[in-house]
Amino acid sequence: MSFTKNLIEGTNFDHTSLNALQKVTLRAVVMAFLFYGLVAIEGMIMRMVEVGHSPLNPVPEQFFHPEHFFSIMTVHPIVGIFGSTYQLVFAAFMFLVPYLTKKPLYSIKLANFVWLMITIGTALAWIAAFVWSYAPLYTLYWPLPADTHQFKVIGGIVFIVGVALIMVGTLGFIYNIYATIFARVGIHKNKTTKELLISGFGVDGMLNLINKLRGKQPYTKEPALALPVVAIFRGTVDTFLDALVILGAGILVLVYLIFDASGHALDVSAVDALLYKNFFWWGLDLVADGLVLIYVAGSWYLLATLITGQKLFMENVARAALMLELLVSWMVWSHHLLGDQGQPEMMKLISGEMVTAFELLTQGLALFITLVTLWKARPLKMTMELKYLLGGLVGFGLAVPAAIIQADMGMNRVLHNTQWIIGAHVHIALIVGLYMTLYSALYVLWPLVTNNTKLYSSKLSNAHFWLHLIGGIGMGAFMGMAGLDGMLRRHLYVDGQFNPDMVFAALFGTMLLVAWAIFLYNIIMSVGIKGLIGIFLPAKDKTASYGIEEELEPADDPAFAN
Amino acid sequence: MTFSNSAELLSFHWVAYSIYAAMIISVVAWFGYNLTRKEAKSVFRIPFYWYMAFLVAGGVGHHIFTYNTIPWVSQDIDRDNITPDAKYEFEIANHKWINLPKKIVIQCNQTIEFDVHSRDLVYGFGLFRQDGSLVMQMQVNPGTDVNGILDSNAILWTFHHNGLFDLTSTEYSGPAEYSEDGKDLMLVKNLVEVVGCENGGAK
Repeated sequence: MSFTKNLIEGTNFDHTSLNALQKVTLRAVVMAFLFYGLVAIEGMIMRMVEVGHSPLNPVPEQFFHPEHFFSIMTVHPIVGIFGSTYQLVFAAFMFLVPYLTKKPLYSIKLANFVWLMITIGTALAWIAAFVWSYAPLYTLYWPLPADTHQFKVIGGIVFIVGVALIMVGTLGFIYNIYATIFARVGIHKNKTTKELLISGFGVDGMLNLINKLRGKQPYTKEPALALPVVAIFRGTVDTFLDALVILGAGILVLVYLIFDASGHALDVSAVDALLYKNFFWWGLDLVADGLVLIYVAGSWYLLATLITGQKLFMENVARAALMLELLVSWMVWSHHLLGDQGQPEMMKLISGEMVTAFELLTQGLALFITLVTLWKARPLKMTMELKYLLGGLVGFGLAVPAAIIQADMGMNRVLHNTQWIIGAHVHIALIVGLYMTLYSALYVLWPLVTNNTKLYSSKLSNAHFWLHLIGGIGMGAFMGMAGLDGMLRRHLYVDGQFNPDMVFAALFGTMLLVAWAIFLYNIIMSVGIKGLIGIFLPAKDKTASYGIEEELEPADDPAFAN
Repeated sequence: MTFSNSAELLSFHWVAYSIYAAMIISVVAWFGYNLTRKEAKSVFRIPFYWYMAFLVAGGVGHHIFTYNTIPWVSQDIDRDNITPDAKYEFEIANHKWINLPKKIVIQCNQTIEFDVHSRDLVYGFGLFRQDGSLVMQMQVNPGTDVNGILDSNAILWTFHHNGLFDLTSTEYSGPAEYSEDGKDLMLVKNLVEVVGCENGGAK
């Protein structure tokens, strides 16, 4: 097939054969990877600024200006975490929950609303930074987001409205997921809400373990929900709480900005800065230490069982651990406040150090269960999904201890707010740990979502894998080393003070950017431009499920039926 | 084993984490290679409960280790009961240090209290060596009590090595901290000098 024909038509992709669930999944995936490209370019611009002025540096002078630099730094995590990661995860789960529960998605319209809200919201937040240089960073430390001496009110309002739309979309996702799980149709026709709740929180796994220790029969031999659905159920609790906190903070900022615009500025000191930090970090940490870790653990379990075709090792322990993570993720936020002298020492010690250290246990357990499940099924073919899964395990194997080390009252004095935490922990966790897990899921789901479309090139897939893996670890490592040398994370360096670390970080970052371009090229050549456009056209087949042959019977009580 | 200053701690940390990173990458690579081999046998068995005990020991042991080897941890926890050898108190407003001495000279092994107040935004207080590495830092939160007195952000620090240290804010407080060409306007060069230590200066 010629290049042009491939570019237009793809391999054997036929968008007209896709049903409504497949199309809505692919729409969000497309937007997620476009935002990923934007965030990779933003990251490279910042990295090149930190390399410093040089005749070889292609970054234009305007990016070295503080307003511009910090505007990029403000939207970088918004685009990366919400525009890309949230979209990708939500897309995967809105496909997987119906697929695993053998039930239709509660609402395709709502799923379309979700990706549209997140896309528009992300775009608005980006525009606020690009046009009005609104730059309070994602931390929104009070009262900076309401500081109208430094930022224009209109920029702040547009930014907050953008973030609010993302959160409204997030609430839509949550509703769709729970409405699907609790719908009493198909295999859940005879399940009660109580049974589904018990299973969703992992209580049945815990009771099975207790009964085993007491020599009794298991509480249940067939849990109501599959383990990956339990992880989605459980992680979505944190997603909900996090959305409420971010919405709450957004409303607070919005009120101050609107009063300021009306000429009746409110007193910012009415809000206690440290109390606000506690509130905000409690919510924001539910993303980093709650839903990400739980969603990832669930994804590993699913991928391990799909790749091996075998039952998960120690499934009851895995279920119980998801319940334990419920307590852990709600109580760890103080590790962000170890450098705040007003924070009570007991909170630093218990929440910031001890409970945070538990994440080593919960994530270590997920790693162990996944590895043993794979090991018991050997020999395995080294497929793309297996490669990416192992890459994801390496990512979290590196990133979680890097954070635990810093969540310490001694280490925090010299590592807090440095490039250590954003490089060795955050970027490796997200780029290597989370994204490689998501790529693995993508390769597993690709034939299901695209009706067995042939990938254009496996060589390009391999090139993407190695460039992404090496680029991600390399960039995070050199950022981390710069952090140990004293480089701050939310600071502007224009003279290359931390070279050669930043030069190497930029080189590895370039590998990530190239990896993304290769991946995008491979996907476009597989689905073709026609197919890409077709994904966004209405589906003729309105089916909201995948892989269900028979007509589903609703529950007898219509009040509980879907 | 005790770290007498943060430079020693950072060097130790660099080595320890690099070894760990090399280990975890190698283990997963070895694991991945053996997953594809039918004849692969376990080199060693890791009993589940020992693995969990190892993780618990690692998580808790890390804090016990740092508490016993990093002197500023216990000093920080007990700072209300420690009388410093000297106290320096200053403010920040509108991205400017207020009442900052031109130079602070500290004798070796003196314990100093730095008490910083913010009149508007969240800032940071950080001392840096001449090579750019971080000596120590804290967050500086704004706020007042019911009488309108600015909230305290106080840290105790004992200096065991000679050195000349720069000061800047370690927390982002908006682009106004910088000039148009990107210079840090809150950077105070050579603010703190530690003298009188017999063996060596800071890193």
